[in-house]
Amino acid sequence: MYTYIVKRMLMLFPTLFGAAVVVFLLLRLIPGDVCMLKFGGEGGYADPEQIKQCQELLGISDPKIKQFYDYISGFITFDLGKSMWTQQDVTHEIAIRFPLSLQIAIMATFVSVIIAVPLGVISAAKQNTWVDYIVRTVSIAGIAMPSFWLGIVIILGLLIGTQAWSGVPWMPPIFYKPIWVDPMHNLSQLIWPALATGYRYSSVATRMTRSAMLDVLKEDYVRTARAKGLIEKVIINKHALKNAMLPVVTVIGIEFAFLMGGLVVTEQVFNLNGVGKLFVESVTQADYTLTQSLVMLVVFIFVMVNFIVDLMYAWLDPRIRYS
Amino acid sequence: MKGIAPKLAVAVLGATFSFGAISAKAASHASPEYGGNLNIVVGSKIPSYDGHIESTFGMIHPIRPFYSLLIRENPDNPASPTDFVCDLCVGSVPAGTEGGTKFTFKIRTGVKFHDGTPLTSADIKASFDKVVNPPKGIASNRKAYFKMVEAITTPDAETLVFKLKHPSGTFIPAVAMPFNFIYSKKDLDANGYTWHQKNINGTGAFSFVEHVQGSHVHGKKNPNYHHKGRPYLDTYTALAAPKMSVRLQAIRGGRADIEFRGFPPKARDDLVKALGDKIKVQESDWNCVLLASPNHEVKPFDDPKVRRALTLAVDRQSGSKYLSNIAIVKTPGGIVFPQHPLATPMSELKANIAGYSDDVAASRAQAKKLLKEAGQSGLKFTFLNRGVDQPYKIVGTWLLGQWKKAGMKVDQVVKPTTPFYASLRKKGDFDVSVDFNCQSIVNPIADVSKFLPSAGNNYANFEDAKLESLYSELLKAGTTAEQTPLLRAYEKRVLNDLSSQVVTLWWYKINPHRSYVKGWKIAPSHYLNQSLDNIWIDSAEKKRQGVE
Repeated sequence: MYTYIVKRMLMLFPTLFGAAVVVFLLLRLIPGDVCMLKFGGEGGYADPEQIKQCQELLGISDPKIKQFYDYISGFITFDLGKSMWTQQDVTHEIAIRFPLSLQIAIMATFVSVIIAVPLGVISAAKQNTWVDYIVRTVSIAGIAMPSFWLGIVIILGLLIGTQAWSGVPWMPPIFYKPIWVDPMHNLSQLIWPALATGYRYSSVATRMTRSAMLDVLKEDYVRTARAKGLIEKVIINKHALKNAMLPVVTVIGIEFAFLMGGLVVTEQVFNLNGVGKLFVESVTQADYTLTQSLVMLVVFIFVMVNFIVDLMYAWLDPRIRYS
Repeated sequence: MKGIAPKLAVAVLGATFSFGAISAKAASHASPEYGGNLNIVVGSKIPSYDGHIESTFGMIHPIRPFYSLLIRENPDNPASPTDFVCDLCVGSVPAGTEGGTKFTFKIRTGVKFHDGTPLTSADIKASFDKVVNPPKGIASNRKAYFKMVEAITTPDAETLVFKLKHPSGTFIPAVAMPFNFIYSKKDLDANGYTWHQKNINGTGAFSFVEHVQGSHVHGKKNPNYHHKGRPYLDTYTALAAPKMSVRLQAIRGGRADIEFRGFPPKARDDLVKALGDKIKVQESDWNCVLLASPNHEVKPFDDPKVRRALTLAVDRQSGSKYLSNIAIVKTPGGIVFPQHPLATPMSELKANIAGYSDDVAASRAQAKKLLKEAGQSGLKFTFLNRGVDQPYKIVGTWLLGQWKKAGMKVDQVVKPTTPFYASLRKKGDFDVSVDFNCQSIVNPIADVSKFLPSAGNNYANFEDAKLESLYSELLKAGTTAEQTPLLRAYEKRVLNDLSSQVVTLWWYKINPHRSYVKGWKIAPSHYLNQSLDNIWIDSAEKKRQGVE
């Protein structure tokens, strides 16, 4: 087991290096740079001398190989550099947004799980009944509806609904306060995006739970349990559900990693100052250092979440052994 | 039935506007009230706090209230492009002496920076030195506006003198630019010229409390503010909201009180429809014009006949009528902001400039004739546009239709902002591109430098000695009487003789805000009138609107 963990940890380095090379090259393929945008982006006079000075200061005019060396050596020494747009430390830029993204990811995953698992189980247990059809319709609708669209509908619904009800339109707060500072403000801002994204991701997990449960419920040991006279509730909860959870955990793990990487569009819709919004801003502002660091962060999170999911397999299914 | 709905909508909107106007008039007599917080939504990010190097409203809207200027647009009459008043100076804005080459400003006494340091003329000199003559390696984005300055001196602590190399009509508006923050000399001497990029210490109406990157900036009232009795607000919060829909919904949902950049007409109509008299709308022409720049280095746009055909095909009057319903453009005009006294009146443009005539059919017939003469009948080209809806994509699509009516076949390529700029500034790989000239303070002679071949922001790629010579004369013209004929000749050279760029429509600024926000008046630029010292909150009205 320990050998397996060490091997997986070592595999992290070539993965990160590969991602670093790809993101470095892709970013430089896009014409234009942060200095052009910064000084001329709004159509006013842009002093060419100042643009040149900015490019030299930020190292944009350096040879690509030097830029790559600086970038990689920065990572090795844990110095991610400064945002080219704000000149703030990249770690600071990410750190002030990470708690929001983490909270949203946890809340959305929680919403997803509490919707997906019961509905998936009920749907499988009541296969081909009206209950099953309703659950399948709801889950297909969730897959079909992008979460940002659902987000827009939620906001408009809140504005129109509250105005019709009380005469005063209400919408969620548009700036973040940590839950320990102002729980009401925090939850009234984050519950809506968590619902929108949680519902979206629950749809995939619901369908996965249903199909895994259907497979498990056809297994011999379930038939044996029924033959022994066990009640259906016990069969499902004690015998079937845990064994059906392997693919569901995989899906939920990948979803969580996606959410941690930032809800790029949903954060825009709800004006959440999270990693996803930062990602969009850094790309549109051609902020190489920040974009590179964010990509590496997402890659790291993906690798780690997958690793944790793999370890959970062994816990869920004792037959699985890593050596 | 089909025709009734739009009529009803127009009637409702009309009634709402009338009501808003009447309410606003009635309210304007009310005394300003102290207290409260103003929530502003801002659609752009802060690169740094240093006004001397930045050029985005994303910095101006949240940061400008912390700083004062030497002179500024009149906050009580910001619509006027020629009304400047003292901010840190006393009395009225000085007129030039010694043939318009010397400007002596008397500086206010008793003004203090937020850290308690008293302000003297030395602070203002140090700030303008940083703008006008920055040390090597130190950036200044508006250095080029002050090429006429020979020396800045401080005979005493209350006097500041600008000595110019020659008289200049651009000097006073350049001094009033909202980016010319006045810093403390002590800070510059002790901490260096980059300290203000990450630190704030001004003499503005508000002092800095907090900035969370990507989230908000918070400021509180400066009790020692030099305009006595102001500001009225206790605090303000500038909330970052890059998406226009969020800013709109924030005002609708009571999360924000105002947005200073401006909304498109549809957004205004939606807000008015949803909130009725809870919304007040202020509108103004905007010192921003949308252009089409042909690349003179690419055939056949090296031929003036082809370029002239491009402008002759455009029907600006009907464009104004229809586009102003869906985009943030409205007023047809020449190269100078249409509301400035130096702008060419429309009657003269119609009579003298290609493409401005009321007889659009004749203009288009002439365009076709010119294309034929140039051997370019049925001209095909690609129009480069910027991937931003308002107003670029909307006006760009309209332009395609205009050119099609003169027999041209045009494809549009829309690029995101970064590659768009690379094509425009660096690569020059376009036939005709959308272009724009957006400025802060209305400074016609400086603003029209955009059309100068040698200007860093002229992307048409051409040379013209006559235009350069006219502009050199214009820069040294000290009086309106001298400036007007030179500007007319310059404009005629740009739009008629060379047809170097196509002027489409001037932008139109629409600022709907909650009607309890009082005292603020719209200016011809989203960079102006942002000190927030004249804004107050009508608490009774706010309570009536149910906003927390």
